[in-house]
Amino acid sequence: MPLDRKIAYIDLTTGDIQTKPIPLDIRKKFLGGRGLDAYLLYNHTEKGCDPLSPKNTLMVSGGILTATCASATARTHIMAKSPLTGLLGSANMGGFFAPELAWAGFHHLVIKGKSKHPVYIYIHNGEIEIRDAREVWGKTVTEAQWAIREDLGDQEVKSVVCGPAGENLVRFANVMTGIKNSGGRSGMGCVFGSKNLKAVAARGTMDIKIARPKEALEYNKRFIDQIVSAKVNQTQGALGTPFIWGATNSWGGIRTRNFQYNQCEYADDIEPERIDEICEETMGKYHMTGCFGCQVHCRSQYKIPSGPYAGQYDEGPEYTSQGAFGGETDTPRAVTVLTGNHLVDKFGMDNLETGSLISWAMELYELGIITSKETDGLDLRFGNDEAVLEMIDRICHRKGWLGDALADGGIAASEKIGKNSFDYLIQVKGMSNLHSDERATPGLALNIATGSRGSDHLRSRPAIDLYHLPEEVLRKIYGNPVAYDGPLSSEHTEYIGKPWQVFWQENCYMGVDCLGICKYHTTFLGATLPNFEDWSKVLYYNTGLEMTPEEIWDVAERCNMIERLFNLREGLTRDDLKKGDMLNHRYFDEPCRRGAIDVVGKKIDKKKFIQMIDELYEHKGLDNNGIPKPETLKKLGLKNEPSHLV
Amino acid sequence: MEPIGKVLVINYEKCTGCRLCELVCAVMHDGISNPARSRIKVMKWEAEGLYIPMSCQQCQDAPCMNVCPVKAISRDENLDYVKIDYDICIGCRACVSACPFGAMSFNSTDRKVFKCDLCEGDPQCVRFCEVNAIEYVDADDSSLLKKREAAERISIAGKEAAALAAQV
Repeated sequence: MPLDRKIAYIDLTTGDIQTKPIPLDIRKKFLGGRGLDAYLLYNHTEKGCDPLSPKNTLMVSGGILTATCASATARTHIMAKSPLTGLLGSANMGGFFAPELAWAGFHHLVIKGKSKHPVYIYIHNGEIEIRDAREVWGKTVTEAQWAIREDLGDQEVKSVVCGPAGENLVRFANVMTGIKNSGGRSGMGCVFGSKNLKAVAARGTMDIKIARPKEALEYNKRFIDQIVSAKVNQTQGALGTPFIWGATNSWGGIRTRNFQYNQCEYADDIEPERIDEICEETMGKYHMTGCFGCQVHCRSQYKIPSGPYAGQYDEGPEYTSQGAFGGETDTPRAVTVLTGNHLVDKFGMDNLETGSLISWAMELYELGIITSKETDGLDLRFGNDEAVLEMIDRICHRKGWLGDALADGGIAASEKIGKNSFDYLIQVKGMSNLHSDERATPGLALNIATGSRGSDHLRSRPAIDLYHLPEEVLRKIYGNPVAYDGPLSSEHTEYIGKPWQVFWQENCYMGVDCLGICKYHTTFLGATLPNFEDWSKVLYYNTGLEMTPEEIWDVAERCNMIERLFNLREGLTRDDLKKGDMLNHRYFDEPCRRGAIDVVGKKIDKKKFIQMIDELYEHKGLDNNGIPKPETLKKLGLKNEPSHLV
Repeated sequence: MEPIGKVLVINYEKCTGCRLCELVCAVMHDGISNPARSRIKVMKWEAEGLYIPMSCQQCQDAPCMNVCPVKAISRDENLDYVKIDYDICIGCRACVSACPFGAMSFNSTDRKVFKCDLCEGDPQCVRFCEVNAIEYVDADDSSLLKKREAAERISIAGKEAAALAAQV
């Protein structure tokens, strides 16, 4: 049964390893994956602990449905206190690791302490071993994975690894598995590095008995048909996430030159069709690949067509890399995007944070806030392709004054640079914003301002807001599984009803993250995709656990609240520009300069924005300061949390 | 004589490497998720982006059948596949050693050999493979798809050659 997968507590300082079953009542309250990780983090991490100290607790997990006969249950979740933000650190990735972990007998790992020398953890059919990784340390993301396979003499081993960036304690180093799958955000690779932990490797052949196999199989087929019938997924399956770039850029939703423009001009070379052409030229007609059990196959395969890295194989580039190394830095050249994507993949570094910080530094360079003295002679102009690629390398290896400063993340770098550099930093809670421009979409702006791990498009984004769906359709989606009869608007430039949409999406995304399913299989980019009602059935057929859609919603609300509690304990205050639910002033002060008529001239109305936050707090059961009301904690069964602080 | 039997045709170029076929195969046969129980297995070279699904070829002169010391392996008359009679099988794994494709496997929990049985004529790997990397076609037509793709390449090459000639 999926429910008999265990939890392991691993202390890297002492080498002590304990394995335990996961009690059913905990499952019913938190399900698994991100939700259960949040519960563990809140209980196992001391208030105010240094994220890079042995006291930080690192969670690696799969969802409750991982490796079952539900579709796309490939997601691995990683959580710890973030070395980038000092608040909640959380990253989620696809690939093949979490299913392997489940077949090896585990759903959750809680890793504490710090090893004296580099190690990796190997999990094999119920057994856990801490192995010497001195020979693997220093290797790139893929080199490290292949070296671990050699070390174990098993080509089927799947690993989550940190790259050189994690070893160098770059605060936004990620963890990766396979060629491209990245637990990208909030510096989880840096936590790996701080613990001298190069990797967690898994290999398993343990049975996971499906509760009702026939129904599970048939429902999976239905699920998949529904998923591949969505136009958005068909397009993703043909072009990958770059397809989003085309429409968003022509409309005027792409941050360009840090935050100066909202549309990247002369970008033909990185249009999705052009990227697809390169993929086809270098990898053939069938060049899409995907994660475990997923029929969306949203990742392209490519080889870099020219330049110093010509011929190198990689996957992607996803929408984020187009923005990070094309749009924000105003270097819309395919080779630059493909090379930048490849470098961060090699180094194990968050592409989003990297590109966003480089473009911020470029703006500071343009303004004279930093000069060639800080850049060690590098001409950090917007549009300078070589400078972008050089900075990626400098950040990973902490080379030069600026490379080292940026490697500590935006807020720390702004303190080092001084002057008014912070005013130009596009971040929330210390984490950089995606290259999407939210000035014309208040609902999306509210989402990035209030995300639990900092600015983020995968925590609560009401992306379908852009589709102008008729109100009755919106009511059907947003009125389930809990009733909502407040205002809703089909107009994406509106402020009304958006707080409920953000609240609903926050619970929807927490739901998939607990189940271990990909967001492309729920109400994220496709309005017709499955959510709570389907999950209730899939959960029952695969695990035997009977939970109503409302109960799954309650779990999601509870888990989101525990993330909030963690952040509050670590110093989140409502209006704090560095640690609060607030946007950079530029969202309110600088109107969009380019784009379609519903975008140009748009900026966020601060008064209405603050009203939206008030309203969101009300939906979440928070008081005006963003602190949960006692009755909310009672309702969610969190009154006694942390219940077993260790 | 009526031709009988459809065969699995794998076009590995189309495979995205998602391994859903392994999952549904194991769940369909054993009610269990475990790729070690799957009759089909995607072999991968991740560093090159190459994924090749491997399954039983249902050989006409099947080495597993020939090597079986107790004659537990025979050809199914209805679906024309190589099948195991578990009442006779002694679990010696000679067939596992003999199979040139590694398509005969052994399960360490059930202590039994196992292989593709075409799911009674409705192979689940085919049913779930949305990119059609695995197809279930009449044996007579098994090379038609390849012929068409090869012809397409020749046709493209021909057109390119003509275009070049026109330039000269």
